[in-house]
Amino acid sequence: MAYNFKEAMEKPDRLASGHRLCAGCGAPIAIRGVLRALEPGDKAVIANATGCVEVSTFTYPYTAFMDSYIHSAFECAAATLSGVEAAYRSMKRQGKIADNYKFIAFGGDGGTYDIGFQSLSGAMERGHDLVYVCYDNEAYMNTGIQRASSTPKFADVTTAPAGKVIPGKQQRKKNLTEIIAAHNVAYVGQSTFIGNFSDLYEKSHKAIYTEGPAFLNIMAPCPRGWRYATEDMMKITKLAVDTCVWPLYEVEDGKWKLNYRPKKKLPVEEFLRLQGRFAHMFKPGNEWMIEETQAEVDRNWERLLAKCE
Amino acid sequence: MAIHERLSGNEAIALCLKQINPDVMCAFPITPSTEIPQYFSNYVSDGLVDTEFVAVESEHSAMSGCIGAEAAGARCVTATSSCGLALMWEMLYVAASMRLPITLACVNRALSGPININNDHSDSMGARDSGWIQIYAENNQEAYDHMCCAMRIGENPEVMLPVMICQDGFITSHAIENIELLEDDVVKKYVGEYKPEQYLLKHENPVAAGPYDIQPYYMEHKYQQAVAMKQSYDVIRKVFKEFGEISGRSYDLIEEYRMEDAETAIVIIGSSAGTAKAAIDEMRSEGRKAGLVKIRVFRPFPAEDIAKALSGCKAVAVMDKADSFNAQTGPVYAETCAALFGKENAPKMINYIYGLGGRDVSTGTIKEVFAALDEIVTTGVTGETYRHIGVRGL
Repeated sequence: MAYNFKEAMEKPDRLASGHRLCAGCGAPIAIRGVLRALEPGDKAVIANATGCVEVSTFTYPYTAFMDSYIHSAFECAAATLSGVEAAYRSMKRQGKIADNYKFIAFGGDGGTYDIGFQSLSGAMERGHDLVYVCYDNEAYMNTGIQRASSTPKFADVTTAPAGKVIPGKQQRKKNLTEIIAAHNVAYVGQSTFIGNFSDLYEKSHKAIYTEGPAFLNIMAPCPRGWRYATEDMMKITKLAVDTCVWPLYEVEDGKWKLNYRPKKKLPVEEFLRLQGRFAHMFKPGNEWMIEETQAEVDRNWERLLAKCE
Repeated sequence: MAIHERLSGNEAIALCLKQINPDVMCAFPITPSTEIPQYFSNYVSDGLVDTEFVAVESEHSAMSGCIGAEAAGARCVTATSSCGLALMWEMLYVAASMRLPITLACVNRALSGPININNDHSDSMGARDSGWIQIYAENNQEAYDHMCCAMRIGENPEVMLPVMICQDGFITSHAIENIELLEDDVVKKYVGEYKPEQYLLKHENPVAAGPYDIQPYYMEHKYQQAVAMKQSYDVIRKVFKEFGEISGRSYDLIEEYRMEDAETAIVIIGSSAGTAKAAIDEMRSEGRKAGLVKIRVFRPFPAEDIAKALSGCKAVAVMDKADSFNAQTGPVYAETCAALFGKENAPKMINYIYGLGGRDVSTGTIKEVFAALDEIVTTGVTGETYRHIGVRGL
């Protein structure tokens, strides 16, 4: 099915406007992008980990979600949705329900890479027919920009601040997309906002309509945590892809496929420069941080290319 | 026609769940409750139930899965013990606040640390304020019977709360006893279908569950939970009465044993009640007016029933198979005292922490307690109320 931007954008939103997320936040864009890939006749149950999205879209008694929705706690969106999906299977088998449902979980990187990691791994391994979507903004944003395992090295975050002695987070970002791919699940995709959103749409459609567990990792910037001008969000996600900091790829049936190869691989500074969280890396004497980051990006890119061949 | 069998407590629970045929079971192994999902998995593999069995990777996920399944509109069950229940802690509160009548078979075991696999009540006593109904069994028969009643209680529209069916680890869970079972169709008919008003997979309309609930609403929701727990008193009594009509075994929130003229009594929960009854029979044959109040339902706490039952006593010992580490009391004592506070002619009260981590409780232990009560009656001096029994060197 060919992607048509106009048709996709004209679909009724399944996440209503009026939610309380910040201007320039990537999370609702990721969620709308994923839900847009649902076929109009299909119902869905959305599960959500505690986080910015949860508190901003479902403050009692208002919900921004047009589909059935469940939030239970921070670390267990995947397990909670496993239960919903198991209920569906059981009730459908017994003839207690007739509708077709799709199951989609949304969690931030804290609720996915860290505290929800076990719950996610379990759900993926058990083979539930669901999609887990991580909106990755690279820190615990809801509690105030704390360090996560998804936070990139040198980022200035509130529990790994760039101080006089220690220049921000000292560890590398965990590669969760590859970890989930190692679960040998039905579908894994890494995406973000670029161009006409066809990458996000197509990956979401595949994730939702491939039987079995699927995982989408979507870079979804946070203006508060990354410290960029809200209107620059899509400039940043495009630069993340063009610098190869966040490559677009997918793993389908164990086959790795690169979905986008930058015509010209840009230097990593271009991605870093627009963000206040990396400002200290541009101070005189800190050139080594940028060099090290570039070397890391290059190494990861080469490794990914080798896998995608 | 009742079926006569010989089963362990775990077998009895698993068999009861098979008769109930729930839609979903999410469970994780932990001693001594492991056998329940294990036996149940056989029913699943042999196609004897319609249940979707979700072999989760932790108890936290077990309870999270139960929450998802029950909210989706399914009847969902789980089983756990000890640290497994502790790992569920966060989600127990979520289940209760979402008003999801999940059923949990709790096989009571001591909490770590140090690690210990044997029985006490520290696990479920720790969960006493989580908003779950808690029903404790003395023996295998009661474990089975309580499980037959669990869903009718929890799923009642006046209640809509999760229910924990507790039995003592190894003492009842692994010991084989004679048991009287009901026929499958009798249990199925008695338990009935789960028909929630709202659920995620409802055809007519989508629903959102588990909101961010701020100051203007949170307290109202917690108050509704409190009201539901209060309403559950009558529902439990009614369900127990109806169960009596189909089984011939009638229960109440508490059980009074030889309390009609008792001067001294103990208050106890679980399998030790059986031991205590044997000790009381012996003491009665010696002419001592000893009695027992067994708390079957701990949540909601049957304060009025207990106060009434103990009203004629001179001295009472409350037995706690868990400590509160408040340097004053165990949990059952604290609540029993609160139930008696301000009552005329209230008995003198002492507390015993006993049987922790599987420390043996014999008729001798119980008689020691009654000896202490007799001394209080004779001397009129209560002395230290916070006591431990069965501790080496004490």
